[in-house]
Amino acid sequence: MSGRMAWFKKEKTPKQPQAERRFTVPEGLWVKCPDCKEIVYKKEVLRNTNVCTKCDYHFRIGSRERLDQLFDMGRYQEFATEVAPLDPLQFVDSKSYEKRLVDYQKRTGLKDAVITCTGTIGGHPVSMAVMEYGFMGGSMGSVVGEKVTRAAEQALKDQRALIVIACSGGARMQEGALSLMQMAKISSALAQLDVAGLPFISVLTDPTTGGVTASFAMLGDLNIAEPKALIGFAGPRVIEQTIRQKLPAGFQRSEFLVEHGMLDYIVERNKMRDKLISSLRFLMPN
Amino acid sequence: MFEEDSFEEPILDLERRIEALSDTGDDPATRNQRQRLEQELREIRERIMSDLTPWQKTLLARHAKRPYTLDYIEHMIEDFVEIHGDRKFADDPAIVAGFGDFRGRPVLVLGHQKGRDTKEKIHRNFGMPRPEGYRKAMRAMNMAEKFRRPIITFIDTPGAYPGIGAEERGQAEAIAFNLREMAKLTVPVVATVTGEGGSGGALAIGVGNRVNMLEHSVYSVISPEGCAAILWRDPSKNREAAKAMRLTAQQLVGLDIVDAVIKEVSGGAHVDAAHQAEILGDVVDEQLRTLESLNGEELTAQRHERFRQLGKFTDGALSA
Ligand SMILES: [Zn+2]
Repeated sequence: MSGRMAWFKKEKTPKQPQAERRFTVPEGLWVKCPDCKEIVYKKEVLRNTNVCTKCDYHFRIGSRERLDQLFDMGRYQEFATEVAPLDPLQFVDSKSYEKRLVDYQKRTGLKDAVITCTGTIGGHPVSMAVMEYGFMGGSMGSVVGEKVTRAAEQALKDQRALIVIACSGGARMQEGALSLMQMAKISSALAQLDVAGLPFISVLTDPTTGGVTASFAMLGDLNIAEPKALIGFAGPRVIEQTIRQKLPAGFQRSEFLVEHGMLDYIVERNKMRDKLISSLRFLMPN
Repeated sequence: MFEEDSFEEPILDLERRIEALSDTGDDPATRNQRQRLEQELREIRERIMSDLTPWQKTLLARHAKRPYTLDYIEHMIEDFVEIHGDRKFADDPAIVAGFGDFRGRPVLVLGHQKGRDTKEKIHRNFGMPRPEGYRKAMRAMNMAEKFRRPIITFIDTPGAYPGIGAEERGQAEAIAFNLREMAKLTVPVVATVTGEGGSGGALAIGVGNRVNMLEHSVYSVISPEGCAAILWRDPSKNREAAKAMRLTAQQLVGLDIVDAVIKEVSGGAHVDAAHQAEILGDVVDEQLRTLESLNGEELTAQRHERFRQLGKFTDGALSA
C-alpha cells in the first residue's frame, strides 16, 4: 500500500459496505497513529508488522504482506491464478461493474479479491486463501467463492490444513444472487473437509462482515482474530437504523466476540505465525 | 406513490365494481354485466401479471395477503405437529418447524413465518429470524436426518434480523453452521422461495437438492432498497436496483440458481392459497419421488455438486 503511486490517490474510491475507516500506513517518514495520535517512525511501524509501536494499533495491510509474514522463509506457491471475474449480470450503477473490475485490477495487480496458495508454516503443509480488502472492499463474488472452494479442495487433496484470512465487507452486490450462492458453495466444501477430519483455521481481520462472516469465516475449527477487528453479520449502521439507538462502545469488535463465545482467541499480528504453528501442531493429523 | 408501484390498481378496481354489483340484485342484466366484468378481471390479471417489472415482483413477493409458511402447511400437510425451540436459548416464532404427512409420507417441514396483523407481525418479527430460529431449524433437520425423513422448506424473509442480541448470540455463526450442516444431510431436501428470499437469512434454510421459486417471488443478496442505498447512494433508486440485481425467478433459472419456477394462480398466489399450495405440492411431490430413489451418499453428492458449480468466472481459456 505504501508503494502506491501518487496519481492513484486522486481517483475516487467507489464505496463498498464498510463500517469504520481503518488506516493503512501512509506516505512519508513519520506516521501519526490514528488511535493513540502519537507520531511514530514509519520504518519502525513497518518492521513491527504494520502495528503501532506505541499502542498496538493494527494498520490494515494488503494480502501480499500477510503472506510474507506467515509462511516458512516467506515462500509460497500461488494457484488458481487464472481465475478471473466476469460481469454476468452486466451490472451498471454509477459505473459499470466491468469498468470497476478493470480499475481495481490495475490498482491492486490482482484479478479479484483473494490470493490462494500452498506452502508450509512451521513445517506443516497448508492451503491458504487471503482476502484483499483493497479490491472492492474484499467483497465476495464468484471468483472469491471459487478460489476459496479450491483452497479447501486443495487441502482435501494433499491432506493440508486450510487457513483462510478473511477481510471483507461481505457479498459483492454486482453479482447478485450468484455472490450469495458462494456462501453455500464454500460451506459445502468445508463440510467435506470437516468430515475428512482436516483442520480449518479461520483468521478474521478488520473488517469481516456480512456473507463472509455468515459462511466460512465462522466455520473454523478455530476462529481467531486480530485485536479490535470489526466482526459481525449486519453492519453497525444497519443495526443502528433498525433498532434506532446507538451501539455500545466496542460492539462487534474482536474482544466483544471473545466475550460472547464466538472466537477462540485474539492474536496480535506479530505473534500470528507462532500461534498458528502451535495450533497446527494440535490440529494436524499425524 | 410511483406509477410502477400501483400496478394492482386496475385489478382492485374491477374487484370493487364486481363486489358493488353483487349488492344490487340478481336480475339477468346484472348477472350478465357481472359475468362480463369477471371475464375482464381474469384477462386483466393475466395481462398485468405476465408483464411485471422486477420491482413489481418484489412488491408482489411482499404482498400483505401472500400465503405464508403456515398457509402452505395447512393446505399441503396432514396431521401437522409443530415443534419449538433451539434447546439452547429460546423459541423463535419467525421460523416454524414441525412434521406431518405430505402425500402419504412423513416429512419435516419448516419455513420463515411472517404475521398478518400488527400484533402477529411483531410476534413473528416480520419474518426476520434471530440465531435461535436458525438453530431450531437445524435441530429439526438433524432430527429428520436421524429418522430418515425428507425435508421441505419454505423461504420467505426480508433477511436475518440485524439487532444487538442477534449479534451477541452469533447470528453469523448460526447461518454459517446451517450452510455447512445442510450440506452434509443424507436425506432429500427441497427448498422453495415462496415470497422474499432475503440474502443469507434465506439461504440458511435453502441448501436443497432442489431449489424452487414461485413465479412472482424474488431471491437476492440484498434488498433493492439496501442495494440502492449503497451503490446508488439513494434508497429511492430501488426500481433500478431491483432491475440490475436480476432477482426474479425467471432470471435466476438462467443462472442455474433455481431448478424450477412454480406457476402462480392467476393474479398471484394470494388470490387462492389452497390452489397455489396444490400447484406447489405437485412439483415438490414429483421432486421428492426422484430424490427418494437416491441413497444418502448420492443425495449429499448431488446437493454438493449443485452448489459447487454455481458462479460465473473465467479460468484462463476455460469459462464457467
Ligand atoms: Zn498508536
